[in-house]
Amino acid sequence: MAKVLMKGNEALAESCLRAGCRFFSGYPITPQTEILEYLCWRMDEVGGKCVQTESELAGVNMLLGAAAGGMRALTTTSGPGFSLKQEGISYLCGSDLPAVIVDVQRIGDALGDIFMGQGDYWQLTRGGGHGDYRTIVLAPESVQESVDLAYGAFDLAEKYRHPVLIATDATIGQMIEPVELPEMKEHDIDTYDWALKPREEGEPQRAIWNRYWDWEDGGHKYPAYCLEKYGKMEAEEQRWESVQADDAEIVMVAYGTSARVAKSAIVRARKEGIKLGLIRPITLWPFPKKAFDELGGQVKAILDVERNILGQMKDDVILATGNKLPVEFYGEYWDNMSEIKIVEIAKEMLSKY
Amino acid sequence: MSKVIVDFKRCKGCFLCTSVCPKGVLIPSTQLGPKGFEIVQQDEEKECIGCGACYKMCPDYCIEITD
Amino acid sequence: MNFTIPKDIDMTQQASWCPGCGHGIICRIITEAVEELGVSNKVLTVDDVACGQFGQFAMKYNTVMGAHGRTIATAAGLKHARPDCLVIARPGDGSAYSIGIESTLYSAIRNDNILAIVINNSVFGMTGGQMSPATLPGMKTATSPFGRDEKKNGSMLDITKILSQTDMAYLARGAVNTPANTEKTKKMIKKALEKQMNGEGFCLIDVLSMCPTNWKMSEIDACEFIKTTQSKYLPLGEFIDKGGDK
Repeated sequence: MAKVLMKGNEALAESCLRAGCRFFSGYPITPQTEILEYLCWRMDEVGGKCVQTESELAGVNMLLGAAAGGMRALTTTSGPGFSLKQEGISYLCGSDLPAVIVDVQRIGDALGDIFMGQGDYWQLTRGGGHGDYRTIVLAPESVQESVDLAYGAFDLAEKYRHPVLIATDATIGQMIEPVELPEMKEHDIDTYDWALKPREEGEPQRAIWNRYWDWEDGGHKYPAYCLEKYGKMEAEEQRWESVQADDAEIVMVAYGTSARVAKSAIVRARKEGIKLGLIRPITLWPFPKKAFDELGGQVKAILDVERNILGQMKDDVILATGNKLPVEFYGEYWDNMSEIKIVEIAKEMLSKY
Repeated sequence: MSKVIVDFKRCKGCFLCTSVCPKGVLIPSTQLGPKGFEIVQQDEEKECIGCGACYKMCPDYCIEITD
Repeated sequence: MNFTIPKDIDMTQQASWCPGCGHGIICRIITEAVEELGVSNKVLTVDDVACGQFGQFAMKYNTVMGAHGRTIATAAGLKHARPDCLVIARPGDGSAYSIGIESTLYSAIRNDNILAIVINNSVFGMTGGQMSPATLPGMKTATSPFGRDEKKNGSMLDITKILSQTDMAYLARGAVNTPANTEKTKKMIKKALEKQMNGEGFCLIDVLSMCPTNWKMSEIDACEFIKTTQSKYLPLGEFIDKGGDK
């Protein structure tokens, strides 16, 4: 199929439709709003439902109802709105319901601002809602990858009966790039047995609720069920891209837009003879620990590159390296990430380690 | 003559049925049911007219009435 | 006349409501209304957390448990997935009028084609009888121990006054404190379900329901309290009936 030029948010929305998503409920918030705007008319064309809800809370809880009915359902938001989604994400996890939730990350806590940021890493990967859960988090670095990951996200969510989060950011959401869109699929809402439909006479009653209530003595069985489910995700779903990490002495870890700057920094550094490489997590959770197992003995130190203040991913990097390598952090808040600064930091690190 | 059938095992002793029975067929007892509540009892002397008031007020589905 | 327990009531288990609680009666009239319409195989319910959730043990319908206050929004989503089904949300007054008032209001504004049956006992029941938006002026609760003071706590909320400004399909208030009111409320539920089948839109029935435990009175006195007090502040009747009597 020929490539088309599309804005990241709209391409992601179109990809979800093509994956068979026929339900969207959400609320306007920059820099996510184009997804809502696009689906408000496009959903009609494909025979789906798009509801502009009264709040993000209503958006995610309405999605829960549609997901319970077997629909491929999507809600999207950004920053402050993502905080409000957490209640529903916890309920989706506790109820074993698949759905896709997109956080187009913006900068800062509180209102922050509407431009590029990667400050939601902890909330995305630690489970921002209450309780004991994890969610797969997919982090694209381009419009094309937004499309590809969103297209597969529904399958992934249904594979585990679990919500899948997609962490894009203001840059990826707002920029226009050429993309190849996947084929249009329809999803049968009766594909899975768990999808709720009315009880026929003689059938046992079914409830979609806290999953452990489904088993007799479920409270004792649920922990093992969860450990197996999350263990399987950790074992099977780690995704990453390694860029010139084979011979690198300094390995960067960066995702999303920051990874694109990191890739430019590699080109610049290598021209100066500095062996810089990159591990780009595509799944933020499960964190791609396997990528770090592949690193050779030539690696001297790790540089965590993120668009935030506190270096939220750094802890995961330290854990993934078994605390055997020095890990430094380069972040920006107000300014764009700088490949020049990355190369300078890499030089400093090489002199230190 | 109508007949009121009470499933005493389900009774939680709220006595809403006794409060609406126009003939005093159902009356409170001091006997404890399996749930530990003082449950309702039937006065065999009184005649049920099948009005259904007790059935309509029972929150625990203890009561049925047949003709 | 025969009075037999509706077949959609699950007699293999018993919901653990307190003695004299109105929830059980409401579940019975829901199932009777559904059976009289012959639509048992079309119903899906959305339960709220807390006391209302026990309704799923009383009724056999397949169900989704929504988050507290989100029952109506979740029901709207479920209806989008299953438009041919009859979707009934069963929040309480705390859920529908306090934490979930925005979703209650917006389902009315969007005229979502669902039925919300709000079990209104003027308190938060499960958490121990705290003041709800529908707590009556002067009514003592765990969080208004000297009685609801309108200067301090704000005035009581009568949902029919708020929703009467919207274009929703049907708005009514019933009660389950007497056999006659129970029958009237059942008719309201039946009417609302017919409206949903006709695609008329959002129906909300506020049902005054006894909470003897938290009202700290006997079960029989609780029925009397609805008659003498609760229904004086929250009058019974039909407030919106767009389709009219059919």
